[in-house]
Amino acid sequence: MIELQHLSKRYGGGRKAQPVHALDDLCLSVPAGCLYGLLGPNGAGKTTALRILCTLLAPDGGSVQVAGIDALAQPRAVRRLLGYVAQEVALDKILTGRELLQLQGDLYHLRPADRDGRIDELTALLAMNDWIDRRCGTYSGGMRRRLDLAAGLLHRPKVLVLDEPTVGLDIESRSAIWQVLRQLRDQGTTVLLSSHYLEEVDALADRLAILEAGRVIAEGPPQQLKAALGGDRVTLRVREFSDAEEAEQVRRLLEDCQGVSRVVVNRAQGFSLNLVVDDDGVVERLRRQLAEARLPVFALSQSRPSLDDVYLQATGRTLMDAELSVAGLRDAKAERKQAMR
Amino acid sequence: MTSASPSISAAGPAPEPSALAEISQETLALCRRLFVQLLRRPSTLVAGVLQPLIWLVLFGALFSRAPEGLLPGGISYGRFLGAGVIVFTAFSGALNAGLPLMFDREFGFLNRLLVAPLRSRSSIVLASVLYITAMSLVQSLAIMATAALLGYGWPSGPGLFVVLVTLLLLVFAVTALSLGLAFALPGHIELIAVIFVANLPLLFASTALAPISFMPPWLGWLAALNPLTFAIEPIRAVYSGSFHLGDVVLNAPYGSLTAGTCLGLLAVLSAALFLSIRPLLDRKLT
Ligand SMILES: Nc1ncnc2c1ncn2[C@@H]1O[C@H](COP(=O)(O)OP(=O)(O)OP(=O)(O)O)[C@@H](O)[C@H]1O
Ligand SMILES: [Mg+2]
Repeated sequence: MIELQHLSKRYGGGRKAQPVHALDDLCLSVPAGCLYGLLGPNGAGKTTALRILCTLLAPDGGSVQVAGIDALAQPRAVRRLLGYVAQEVALDKILTGRELLQLQGDLYHLRPADRDGRIDELTALLAMNDWIDRRCGTYSGGMRRRLDLAAGLLHRPKVLVLDEPTVGLDIESRSAIWQVLRQLRDQGTTVLLSSHYLEEVDALADRLAILEAGRVIAEGPPQQLKAALGGDRVTLRVREFSDAEEAEQVRRLLEDCQGVSRVVVNRAQGFSLNLVVDDDGVVERLRRQLAEARLPVFALSQSRPSLDDVYLQATGRTLMDAELSVAGLRDAKAERKQAMR
Repeated sequence: MTSASPSISAAGPAPEPSALAEISQETLALCRRLFVQLLRRPSTLVAGVLQPLIWLVLFGALFSRAPEGLLPGGISYGRFLGAGVIVFTAFSGALNAGLPLMFDREFGFLNRLLVAPLRSRSSIVLASVLYITAMSLVQSLAIMATAALLGYGWPSGPGLFVVLVTLLLLVFAVTALSLGLAFALPGHIELIAVIFVANLPLLFASTALAPISFMPPWLGWLAALNPLTFAIEPIRAVYSGSFHLGDVVLNAPYGSLTAGTCLGLLAVLSAALFLSIRPLLDRKLT
């Protein structure tokens, strides 16, 4: 349904700033009727990719197709098929929710009767009855999101694109949105959402792509990606705070152990060790060997592979660390300016 | 996706609705939004009337004892000033045309419009033009009514028509300018600064407050080139009683201009401004 081929996009590159490669040969293919998750840390290029898909931004290179229509050549035809719920909710504070939806309906050329019926339908679906006739300026974050979602759904789009739809929401609003998205998928709508919540994508998506620095580094159904990793994940700390030397010593010890693979020293988390074990017996053997080497065990946890492990495997760091490392590097104000038309 | 109800779908895809119907639907919706905003926050409307009103009353009073026969044609200062204040009202109203658009750019609302399958993105511009035209005409009419109450007269039927046409031409030109600025400038602070700076000098360097014969030559030149003057003089002629397109209404340092020439110049100016902001709009709206 959605085909993004070899997309590239650079920002800036003026006198002062050096260019940012927001997208670097990004390829993505979303089957029809699929609930597809786009997972990636801050700055991975999720928003950029979705803005290009929604014809808000022209790529430097590559092609975009929605339902077989070339979005770069026929943007208007694609706009009709798409519903877009942006990362930053832009509502008009002065209008009521209903007025905003009416405006939206007119921009999509719905017939007034159809439009108003549809507004009632969505108001009920998203549990917004008490708020729909109040001004948007008085809405809570959750209500704003719901209204924005309603706006995206008003014209019954074949493809719904959502950019981090649940970020910063209370649990109630979040599960309301999840439920609606599942329902839409069940009715045949193709849903593409970006997120940096692993659990969200894990719980919701039929397929996902992990984005890192503007390219796809892993793709597939969540179960399959996790299963492909095999084994159980173990995180081991010999002390609350180890040093590099000790961690290295433990790593050598572990690598010699049978049934242990992929031992990684996680520097960002106090030199803890991440490893993969084949079965439960291995953990017992590990504990014995550590005791023989007179090493303590401060903490040892074992879990089935998660999407975070998929990410860790592909990039050598956890998603959380990736987020932390870019936080503060980005200039939100400058980006806002650039995104202005 | 207008085909929501499955009516006669057997005959293949429904014919695309006419461009005119779609464009008017989107333009009206955008325009309605601007008016709803205005009605719920009428301060701009009120301020836009109040300021010229104060000018009219204060300046009228200030010069009410001016010697008879001081002004060309021997009219009273209040009557002289009326035309200037009417034009100034329309002018400063239209100068604000770009503000809502600038806020939409800054708050991302414009993106909502741009992901929608608008039949023509000119609808966004058209809605602004319609809105600001209506608003500045209402403001000007309010000032004209006040001037009438103060005893400065009310234009007769055809005169009223000339006044409205003149104001319309000026409003178009200024709106084009302001919309262009709304896309060219980086933010609303800059836009408001430009509006603020442009406002009063353009008023003083026109014939709104005094005739050219009162001005030093350099100012006279400025006033004679100022588009506000081209709007003020025909309206002043209407207010002073007899109006004919062929009558000379402005004795500029470079020659005499008839009312018709003034209106022609205004028309050319608005056309030129709309043409010159077009590439900018095309770039920003695609
Ligand atoms: N308008 C802009 N001007 C300059 N650089 C930008 C702009 N928008 C994004 N970038 C940069 O491009 C990269 C990708 O940004 P993008 O917003 O697509 O990431 P994201 O995955 O959506 O992140 P987040 O999770 O924070 O929303 C980042 O490095 C960012 O700093
Ligand atoms: Mg983003």
